[in-house]
Amino acid sequence: MADRPEPDGIVLTEAQKRSRRRRSIAIALALGVLVVLFFAVTLVKGPAVLNRPL
Amino acid sequence: MSVVDHNAIELAPRISEADVADYFALLKPRVMSLVVFTALVGLVIAPGHVHPVLAITALLCIAVGAGASGALNMALEGDIDALMSRTANRPIPRGRITSPEAMAFGMTLAFFSVLTLGILVNWIAGSLLAFTIFFYVVVYTMWLKRRTAQNIVIGGAAGSLPPVVAWAAATGSLSVEPLLLFLIIFFWTPPHFLALALFRSDDYARAGVPMLPVVAGPDATRLQILLYTIVLVAVAAAPWPLGYFDAIYGIASLILGAGMLALAINVYRRRARAESLRATRKLFAFSILYLFALFATLALEVAFRAIAPTIW
Repeated sequence: MADRPEPDGIVLTEAQKRSRRRRSIAIALALGVLVVLFFAVTLVKGPAVLNRPL
Repeated sequence: MSVVDHNAIELAPRISEADVADYFALLKPRVMSLVVFTALVGLVIAPGHVHPVLAITALLCIAVGAGASGALNMALEGDIDALMSRTANRPIPRGRITSPEAMAFGMTLAFFSVLTLGILVNWIAGSLLAFTIFFYVVVYTMWLKRRTAQNIVIGGAAGSLPPVVAWAAATGSLSVEPLLLFLIIFFWTPPHFLALALFRSDDYARAGVPMLPVVAGPDATRLQILLYTIVLVAVAAAPWPLGYFDAIYGIASLILGAGMLALAINVYRRRARAESLRATRKLFAFSILYLFALFATLALEVAFRAIAPTIW
């Protein structure tokens, strides 16, 4: 039996790669902002951040 | 005999080329700016001191929550947006983003905005933000928008809540003052959106959205605009004699209210097509300025009182 070449799968175009990269950077920045926000509020509230009435 | 691989066609994935700007457009940035501004005023007039970090956190969460509402609204209205010239350029009708993608984006933002506001600020504000998103998406977009001409009147409650959320974020409670701000925006919404519906009535008729000019005609809409404007001017001025806000705000609200009323009377009187179009566009544009100016006066009055309490 002859060997078949491996299928290439999905190959993204340059435009698709660029837009995916920009979206990924935006998600990373949003996550970064969220981390900084939680850190800053923890500093502001101090230990009280864990002691809040519902 | 040719063999077509149907599975290959059906399974071919759609690769997104959507840019960050397309997702940003889903947030309805112009609506968001008005929401952030009214929320900022809610924060400024709230009694007591709010730490700037908490204030920024609250505003950010309210802005993202408003953006989530916009994205979810667009996800559910892609079909009618494509039929209206005002909305045909949005990311979903243009084919940049699919409805499920917009839905996932909106749900993610809604979840994180409510959770962050609840955890970092307080759960009264978080719950109110969740209710605001629910009201805009489920009550207004899914339930009222395509069923009744009262859609924007009742749905206006969602747009009126941001200053209440902000007040709750600052104080951890509710009071009469934020409810007055709620009422002002609530009664501002009908003249603002009915003016838009009047000069975009062909768009709404094409999309089958039962806005008042489509189902009751332009004359009934003009009358409703005038009546709601009269109520708005009275509601906006009421906090002054009731003693909640002072004279600067009271006088500003009467001057701005006189402008709104004059333009609403103009809309009521001018029935010829070209004249009517000009009059409604003027009212629509002024109504945005009206709300910004009214709330700015309120914030300035409170800020001035804080800076110079002895001469006030």
